[in-house]
Amino acid sequence: MGRTLAEKVWDDHVVRRATGEPDLLYIDLHLVHEVTSPQAFDGLRHAHHRPVRRTDLTLATEDHNVPTIDILQPIADPVSKAQVDALRHNCEEFGVPVYSLGSVDQGIVHVVGPQLGLTQPGMTVVCGDSHTSTHGAFGALAFGIGTSEVEHVLATQTLPLKPFKTMAVTVDGALPEGVTAKDVILAVIAKIGTGGGQGYVLEYRGSAIEGLSMEGRMTLCNMSIEAGARAGMIAPDDTTFAYLKGRTHAPTGADWDAAVEYWHTLPTDPDATFDAEVVIDASTLTPFVTWGTNPGQGLPLSASVPTPDDARDEVDRVAIERAIEYMGLTPGMPLRDITVDTVFVGSCTNGRIEDLRAVAEILEGRTVADSVRMLVVPGSVRVKQQAEEEGLDKVFLNAGAEWREAGCSMCLAMNPDKLAPGERSASTSNRNFEGRQGPGGRTHLVSPAVAAATAVTGHLSAPADLSPVATA
Amino acid sequence: MEKFIVHTGTAVPLRRSNVDTDQIIPAEYLKRITRHGFEDGLFSAWRKDPAFVLNQPHYEGATVLVAGPDFGTGSSREHAVWALQDYGFAVVLSSRFADIFRGNSGKGGLLSAQVDQEVIEALWAAIEADPSLDVTVDLERREVRAGDLVAEFDVDDYVRWRLMEGLDDIGITLQHADDIAVFEASRPSWKPTTTPVI
Ligand code: SF4
Repeated sequence: MGRTLAEKVWDDHVVRRATGEPDLLYIDLHLVHEVTSPQAFDGLRHAHHRPVRRTDLTLATEDHNVPTIDILQPIADPVSKAQVDALRHNCEEFGVPVYSLGSVDQGIVHVVGPQLGLTQPGMTVVCGDSHTSTHGAFGALAFGIGTSEVEHVLATQTLPLKPFKTMAVTVDGALPEGVTAKDVILAVIAKIGTGGGQGYVLEYRGSAIEGLSMEGRMTLCNMSIEAGARAGMIAPDDTTFAYLKGRTHAPTGADWDAAVEYWHTLPTDPDATFDAEVVIDASTLTPFVTWGTNPGQGLPLSASVPTPDDARDEVDRVAIERAIEYMGLTPGMPLRDITVDTVFVGSCTNGRIEDLRAVAEILEGRTVADSVRMLVVPGSVRVKQQAEEEGLDKVFLNAGAEWREAGCSMCLAMNPDKLAPGERSASTSNRNFEGRQGPGGRTHLVSPAVAAATAVTGHLSAPADLSPVATA
Repeated sequence: MEKFIVHTGTAVPLRRSNVDTDQIIPAEYLKRITRHGFEDGLFSAWRKDPAFVLNQPHYEGATVLVAGPDFGTGSSREHAVWALQDYGFAVVLSSRFADIFRGNSGKGGLLSAQVDQEVIEALWAAIEADPSLDVTVDLERREVRAGDLVAEFDVDDYVRWRLMEGLDDIGITLQHADDIAVFEASRPSWKPTTTPVI
């Protein structure tokens, strides 16, 4: 019988299989950052100094905690500084390569891996971070792990795992003008719920997915975790190969040919079956935003804040009431009437060059509303350099936005970039949980295009709502 | 890790669904580099509200958390498990757990036991009626008992075995180091390494 993409990658990494036990799976790439690794390195030290088995398959970068201004000064927050210092020290002691602040390869782990060409089809990729699902865009099996598992991979380069179930998420048809990968994934999550993907690897397929760029595919796979899925995957194709070719760690010469030959064997066989299937008609999609406090609480921008009567059941009713209260909204008010104080463009979901181009295209010739603070934070130093080469930084600055250094920044507000209590943001990141962007902060998840339009009007808006730029 | 066979203690009803790990422990507490001492971060935003259930004196000393569906969604932070344990919890009951949280809890010796939502509702009612009610979670028999209530719970076989034996995962895997070496020898040469290219 045929196998799915996920099953093929799984099968090719089984080190050991025994009845009644999880499979022992080999890990091709282990990405590490400062927040979820210190206790893992400590664990190795306490276990009679176990070594890192494959430092050459491990890579660390500083991202969650780092400031996005004055990055060459010592980090002001002593606790953040201690954590970043611990990473540097651990990497040195155990021999793990690390891209620190100041390096051209520093940035958010999930931006850095792909841009270096380290993430390739058919690989297993893990990181102590739930958005590791991003790397599935290349047809890799990539998922987030906890700190005990980080220690396990450091020590053994393997993980004991039970097979995941598979779910096909088919998006057929053409995406309407102005609808992006972010809108697709927000619609998928609203449809299946924050627990709908639990226990599954999602495989996104269909003509709308095939038409996406690698950046768009990464945005989509990135948020698989917000539907409860461990991983999201997309079959590798010519778009994938074209993105990889020539990147620093991509194979070359005869190795490239051998790799491509193997990559061609990976897509799901025509006679393979999935454990579950969801179908979405691309032509019905419109710009999507969240109104509540989990990523499943999203609606088309043209809709209104739900009322408790819209609830599916009692648990949902309580959740809606609580979310409306926390978000400071009125049931039934049009989403377009929601005004924001801050617009954040960045994160591993939408902090890539294509995202910044989309924002710049809308801001060109326009200005950010006086009532709005707008932060544009590139996902990596390389993205920043590329944006500056293209002059995008000038567009942002001329419009009145701030242009920062690379990092996670306001996606999780571990560094000084935060919302004040009660402040409201339109954010291109991936989580709208209570307090995610600062205690008491309120987050609406949006695409880069909606973020830019919202910055201009001061309330949730799509680019189509803006009046045309006057041409001189 | 200590062996987990049967646990008995009082319980706290957490009548909320979708309790994500940012609520269990906010990001500001993740800057620490130690593995203990996270009890102050547990539900810290919610604990500022005097009406929050953990602030009720009659639930003091409880070791079983009875929560709504989709517990532990969101980030992979294992600090969520550590914070629950540091605060004193040994068991979380919910009708559905997020995968990563459930995996993490098994590693750290916190039992995430899945029961039907009706059982959760019955437990909530029973605990609220009598906060001193003892709740027994029997891993050997996969059973929750509280007053007249007896219900089965679901837990992964392998996690159950490891918890009952108190075994360390890495130690188990390292017994298969030869298999790992054989696998490594057969990996294709074109697979990338992270060694910086100069
Ligand atoms: S950008 Fe946000 S979601 Fe992505 S790795 Fe950083 S903190 Fe996590």
